[in-house]
Amino acid sequence: MDVSAPPAGKPSGYVSSAMLQQQPPPVSTTGPIAWARAHLVGSVGQVLLTLFGLWVAYVVIPPVVRFFFIDAVFTGTNRDACLPEKVGRDVGACWPFIWAKWNQIIYGFYPEPERWRVNLVYALGVVLLVPLMIQKVPGKRLNALAFFGIYPVVAFVLLTGGDLGLRGFLLSRLGLGGVFTNIGQAIGLRSGFWPDYVVSALLISAIVAAVAPVFAGNRRTAGKGMLVVFAVLGVVLAAVDIPFGLTSVRTDLWGGMLVTLVIAVTGITASLPLGILLALGRRSQMPLVSIASTAFIEFWRGVPLITVLFFATYMLPLFLPGGVSIDKLLLALVGVALFASAYMAEVVRGGLQAIPKGQYEGAAALGLPGGLMMRLVVMPQALKLVIPGIVNNFIGLFKDTTLVLIVAIFDLLGALRAAFADASWATPTTVVTGFGFAGLFYFVFCFGMSRYSMALERRLDRNHRH
Amino acid sequence: MTDASLREGPPKVRRWSWTDPKLRSLVLQAVLGIFLIWMAWSILANAQANLARRGIASGFGFLENSAGFGLVQTLIPYDESMSYGRAFLVGLLNTLLVAFVGIIFATLIGFVMGVARLSSNVVIKALASAYVEVTRNLPPLFQIMFWYIAVLAALPGPRQSLSFGLQPLINAIASGLNGIGLGSVGAQLSAFAGTLAAPGVFLNNRGLRIPRPVFESGSTIVGIALVVAIFAIWFTMRWAKRRRVATGQQFPVFWTALALLIGLPLIAAVVTGFPVTFEKPELRGFNFVGGVPVIPEFVALLFALSIYTAGFIAEIVRAGILSVSKGQSEAAASLGLKPNLTMRLVVIPQALRVIIPPLTSQYLNLTKNSTLGVAVGYPDLVAVFAGTTLNQTGQAIEIIAITMAVYLTISIITTMIMNWYNRRVALVER
Repeated sequence: MDVSAPPAGKPSGYVSSAMLQQQPPPVSTTGPIAWARAHLVGSVGQVLLTLFGLWVAYVVIPPVVRFFFIDAVFTGTNRDACLPEKVGRDVGACWPFIWAKWNQIIYGFYPEPERWRVNLVYALGVVLLVPLMIQKVPGKRLNALAFFGIYPVVAFVLLTGGDLGLRGFLLSRLGLGGVFTNIGQAIGLRSGFWPDYVVSALLISAIVAAVAPVFAGNRRTAGKGMLVVFAVLGVVLAAVDIPFGLTSVRTDLWGGMLVTLVIAVTGITASLPLGILLALGRRSQMPLVSIASTAFIEFWRGVPLITVLFFATYMLPLFLPGGVSIDKLLLALVGVALFASAYMAEVVRGGLQAIPKGQYEGAAALGLPGGLMMRLVVMPQALKLVIPGIVNNFIGLFKDTTLVLIVAIFDLLGALRAAFADASWATPTTVVTGFGFAGLFYFVFCFGMSRYSMALERRLDRNHRH
Repeated sequence: MTDASLREGPPKVRRWSWTDPKLRSLVLQAVLGIFLIWMAWSILANAQANLARRGIASGFGFLENSAGFGLVQTLIPYDESMSYGRAFLVGLLNTLLVAFVGIIFATLIGFVMGVARLSSNVVIKALASAYVEVTRNLPPLFQIMFWYIAVLAALPGPRQSLSFGLQPLINAIASGLNGIGLGSVGAQLSAFAGTLAAPGVFLNNRGLRIPRPVFESGSTIVGIALVVAIFAIWFTMRWAKRRRVATGQQFPVFWTALALLIGLPLIAAVVTGFPVTFEKPELRGFNFVGGVPVIPEFVALLFALSIYTAGFIAEIVRAGILSVSKGQSEAAASLGLKPNLTMRLVVIPQALRVIIPPLTSQYLNLTKNSTLGVAVGYPDLVAVFAGTTLNQTGQAIEIIAITMAVYLTISIITTMIMNWYNRRVALVER
């Protein structure tokens, strides 16, 4: 039935028989004038606010632009290029200082002939990370495995030179060291590590296969699984043990951006799995597991990172067996990883708590055992929910890497601070230039990460409408 | 099938099975327990062996020993002959001082910026957004070192100090007016500035100088008047609320409170002849005399912490205000509440419920970040105790344990207060 038409034969004066033309909205609500009235000059207060804001922008922006670009010096070989009395004009940023210290800022004191290794590590990182971050690129699983599993080992070997010269594995601890050393030397190896490793692996796998039925397991799968674990571990150990002929570079020669990125990436890759484990532990039904996890998380979250670094540098060596001298950077990395994993655990726990109980019950009703339920049903949903939180943690971790300079490890900020002390570059604007450069570096990374997380959140949100 | 067979339940099978959750959890916990005990034992054994080999004393006896180092900022009397325990106390107070002042400034800046980000004025909104993005994305340590090395160290010496107060501000405006050709108005302003009191706050490369309040006899009476005013305000508020609930009549609480807060101490001061005066710093020779000297390390740390944390607080405040749905203010308006009452009685209480928990964790973060002062030499707890004292005594375990315990205590107390608050304000759902 056509309701819009007037009843036939009865013309009415007030019902229009035709549609009215659509009218443009009134001028007072659209167009630039209305916009300006709503956002800039609506009332006296608005006008005052606008003027104040413009004044602040005028005070801040032009001097900054003038300092870093217009008045800046871009070429030169020493401080004379940036001294106002030598140049004869006002001098802004002294960029030649950054170019001169570039190697120190990027590599620290990493030996010059070996710097290609650092460059290779940077390049590999970019090549693996970029496709991981772009949603459309296929093969995410393989890519993630390459970035989180293989890349750290390759980077470790490239940066340190590998060739750890492993001595003995489990059985050597039990007094069989001599036997295995003899075997190893007989087949042309440097130590008894690998014979020991192979025998230990076979032995443990056999034991696991033997006891599997007690825990309602399958002999074959249990034994096979254990062997696979040992094979993977063996590949990793082989990679760090085999001498590739790379010169060993001590970590106290590392510095600048290299250290910043090493700490950030290690913290990020270590904190996510540890954090997930801790979060699961905290929500566990088992009282001892839950108490231990909670205590661990709350302890590290309750203390400042500096005290954690002090703990790792001064206290941790006292807790380890005597005579072992441990790398300072490694100690700091352990501290950062412990600290970051506690924060990550809380983020992941938030995600776990947000998963409705029906999901657990549904998975249980399908007969999924606990481990599979977590892996296939709960975790994918929970991690997706907390991606913004995880990225925020990464940003925080990235900013926190600067703290290592307090325990005398020279990261980017530390390298710059050391560069300030160089008398041949002492000019009135050197320090501000250095801070400008470092600020840009940190800002680009942190701001980029936060924008990426926001974009990701929007993307995931679209699939998440109920 | 009968009821009896149902009541008996399934047959009980006692079997060693990994699928039995009880057994599984027992085994797992036993393994974890053994691992933890083994770890604790090996840590203890290793620590004992290491300490013995390095000849480091243990125990807390060192706290009584003479420290032998001086500190640049002490809130309580301290000198080199005093004990490490006293140095610890000085460091703790310094930490609390910078955290307390930093929290006040960060809250003020953060609330202003958070509200500014919601402003309908695009210029203000853009400025506030830029502030938040820049300050949140630069590491706090970077900011501390920036203020200390690039700004404070580059300031002029005491003779050319920057001074703050009404007089320099008016002089600056006057010179600006001269610049745009309004010389006569500028001259009048300069003359007016001359009649004002000289500025009392000076900033130079040796830090900040602020006036020192001097309490003469009779100042206790002013203090008592202040306390009385606060109590009077509290009672007025209670009375006004009870009357409003009973009769619906409004009472100008805010203006009464303001009058009480300013009026009572002022009357007391007039009666006792202004016993509280301010001693202003004065330039004598090459440095200032009088006033309260504030060390540059404190200024740099305070600036950096307040500005950094304020960026986060701004975001929290913005999210809190946005979390109150528009329907709330519309409903309040349709009930006939005026805009300011809508804000005070409907929007703010609901926003605070969202704002306060993350705000507290930002306060905690600020307190923890105050440890970064060690990078510029601010004598806080970490610098004094985990830095100098640790280097002198070598007793890493005791010192780091005490330091961590202090921060842990602060954070646990805050968490407990927070949990209590959350329970109090939690929405009572049906």
